[in-house]
Amino acid sequence: MAEQVIPTKKMPPGLQVENVDDRIMTLNVGPQHPGSGHMRIIVKIDGDYIVDADPDPGYVHRGEEKMAESRNYITNIPHLERPVIHDSCNILYPYVLGVEDLVGIEVPERAKYVRVIAAELNRCIYIQYWLAIYGIFLGHSTMFMWPAGDRELLIDLMEKITGARVTHAYFIPGGVRNDVPANFEDVCLRQVNYFEKRIKEYADIFYDNPILKARTEDTGVLSREDAIRLGTTGSVLRASGVDYDLRIKEPYDVYDELDVHTNVLKSGDSYARSKIPWLDMLESCNIIRQALEKMPKSGSIRTKLKPNPKGREDEVYRRVESGRGSAGCHIISRGKPEPYRLKLSVSSFRNLIALPYLLKGEKLGNMPAVYWSLNYWPVEADR
Amino acid sequence: MSVIAPKFRLGYFLKGIFDNAFWILTIVTLAGIPAIQIVLFYLELPVIDGELLTAFLAFTWLFNPTMQVPLIKALIYSDLFRIVAFPGFGFAALIAAGTIFVERKMLAKLQLRVGPFYCGKVEGILQLAGDGLKLISKEIIIPAKADKPLFWAAPVLFVGTAAAFVALIPVAPGGWVVADLDVGLLAVFAVIGFFPIITILSAWSANSKFPFIGGIRALHQMVSFEIPLILSLLGVVILTGTLNLSEIVESQSSFPWIIFMPIGAIVFFTTMLAELERIPFDLPEAESEIVAGWLTEFSGMMYGLVQLGSYLKLYAFAALFVIIFLGGWTGPVFWPPLETEIITEGIPIPNYAGDPILTVNAPGLPLLDQDPNEWVLQQQGELQYTSGQLLVSGVIWFVLKTVGVIFFILLPRGVFPRIRLDMLLHIGWYKLIGLSFVNIFIALGLVYAGVIGPGGIL
Repeated sequence: MAEQVIPTKKMPPGLQVENVDDRIMTLNVGPQHPGSGHMRIIVKIDGDYIVDADPDPGYVHRGEEKMAESRNYITNIPHLERPVIHDSCNILYPYVLGVEDLVGIEVPERAKYVRVIAAELNRCIYIQYWLAIYGIFLGHSTMFMWPAGDRELLIDLMEKITGARVTHAYFIPGGVRNDVPANFEDVCLRQVNYFEKRIKEYADIFYDNPILKARTEDTGVLSREDAIRLGTTGSVLRASGVDYDLRIKEPYDVYDELDVHTNVLKSGDSYARSKIPWLDMLESCNIIRQALEKMPKSGSIRTKLKPNPKGREDEVYRRVESGRGSAGCHIISRGKPEPYRLKLSVSSFRNLIALPYLLKGEKLGNMPAVYWSLNYWPVEADR
Repeated sequence: MSVIAPKFRLGYFLKGIFDNAFWILTIVTLAGIPAIQIVLFYLELPVIDGELLTAFLAFTWLFNPTMQVPLIKALIYSDLFRIVAFPGFGFAALIAAGTIFVERKMLAKLQLRVGPFYCGKVEGILQLAGDGLKLISKEIIIPAKADKPLFWAAPVLFVGTAAAFVALIPVAPGGWVVADLDVGLLAVFAVIGFFPIITILSAWSANSKFPFIGGIRALHQMVSFEIPLILSLLGVVILTGTLNLSEIVESQSSFPWIIFMPIGAIVFFTTMLAELERIPFDLPEAESEIVAGWLTEFSGMMYGLVQLGSYLKLYAFAALFVIIFLGGWTGPVFWPPLETEIITEGIPIPNYAGDPILTVNAPGLPLLDQDPNEWVLQQQGELQYTSGQLLVSGVIWFVLKTVGVIFFILLPRGVFPRIRLDMLLHIGWYKLIGLSFVNIFIALGLVYAGVIGPGGIL
């Protein structure tokens, strides 16, 4: 045991002196580490046990909120989806809903259904990507390749709708950018049915795998009370037994006309947190099929806006259920074409708050399983 | 899937084969022949027609078939050939290269991918060569605070130990093994015991955190799995009463030991996966936790050497499994078929016995030296197979069985996630050691009941 370091003079604010302990090893997991995203976790380990974990995001901060203040409501669209390009429709959804409130326009019925379909497809695309990384974090390379391959089905579909594979910039205030192609209903139904058949096979190789169960069950348990107290959202909250889904609790667009079910698991461990998004994908397939059935076969897909729309002097906060949890957008308007202040409230940052609590006392081998099960996307947390 | 492989075209396929053949011929001509000639200077060459061969006559041999056959025979029976080529390093390295290719393509098919495709034009067969060239051409970076002699020595020691393991493996009947020891199995245990030492030394000498954690994990894993590994093989030693690997194989001429020792085989297979650091036991190289484990600081060909060593080790373990539980090279002799006609060239004497200079070529096996007595006995119907026939057939059986076992070693990589250190130790200390003791008691029971063993029924 090393001697305790006593600061001889008063330290400047923000700096701390750490006591050095021979038993404790400090590991920088990230940002150049295959087991971290674009972030760093400062992990202190005693043997194989983690005594302290300090997540350090901020490596990919882009100042989206500040950028939004100097662009008008239309030109904000392409850069606001950048934080989560894999879930670009859902991260743009609250902004579009908020701007519609501010500008005061109605959205055509068909456009609402198209939005729901695109949002659910994008949720699946995001979750597949997330699941692929969860697989490789646990050393399961087949689970890395299968979701990454099956994701292409839906990406092709989104390309047919929007013209872009990943960054769609499809939702605009007043509807969607362009109409779906002519035979879209048939193609979409076929692709989604096949996709559902494929993802059901993941249970055989991944979720029912005895080694995976033994490894992730009872690790990183987040109790119901802690999940609420720490402010987690989305799949993390639902894995801890809280029935909370904005598609049901605060339905937006046409979600109240569709039959949406939420998946809730009680255990709150890594296994439950990794299973909820997969169940969400199956539910998304159901929603897409319902929406395809109820969608008006023809009609307008966009209410025309004035060239440089001005919002009324007000502030709005709208939120939606994204692939990770609730994604909110707070817009303050001063009657100008640009927002006065735009705040993105994202679930990744809320879920990350739970990480130090979960990792404390865990084994080092559980770190990737716990870390990535939080449904966390580093770029979204930094914005 | 949207992963689209280029369409198969016969023309491209044939062009690929021709290109490969062209380059192989060119490289052999420019580099291979000079290399062979240099080696020949250091070999003892036979006397043919009263003329002592020298390396200067190399091109004469090329165009003179009568000189080629005795020359190649002389090469085959030299110690150099044993160590470098057939039962030793070259054979093992060839199987290791095949293993890497099969692993990549099989895993790719399992994961709905294509795998290596372009390098070598035909299904990416030259991908490994390309990777090797890349590794050789890369800069070797050594951490500034590393203990340099140990750090340099570790990959070389790793390959050397793996090659020593390979040298103990008998491949075919008639002493086709580099080192035929009476304590062969004990020597295997001794060689396996070196791996954790090399691993921890290399990890420690890198003076870096992630390699150190990886090295400690490897030490945990290898030391705790060595005990069930040794215990699971003791059952067979009790039954056969010998530690010589060749004799263990010969004891299985009627049935393989896996019939009586299935528990021991399962325990040995599991420990084998752990010793080889393969998924689900790849904790020392767990990517998402500790970067690349104890291999983190290795770069360039140092990394390549460690990989070569680990694949040699894989072959050696698979071969050990085959030798101990699957009967090694034993199996029905199917090739080459027996010839009924009498050869008119070279061997006139019935009831031949004795002259060591004369040799006999059995049909179909011109390069293998045969005992003339065996051939004569076979012609008279007193001997079923000559040793040459047993050798060829034995090698084929051995390779087939080894490849089968290697396939089962590769398969978990596509199916299982990685397990955790505490689960690993729990499996090793509680379950596998208990099961291997059960296996030993089964063996003792079989011996004392008089079923197998010295003086047994079977």
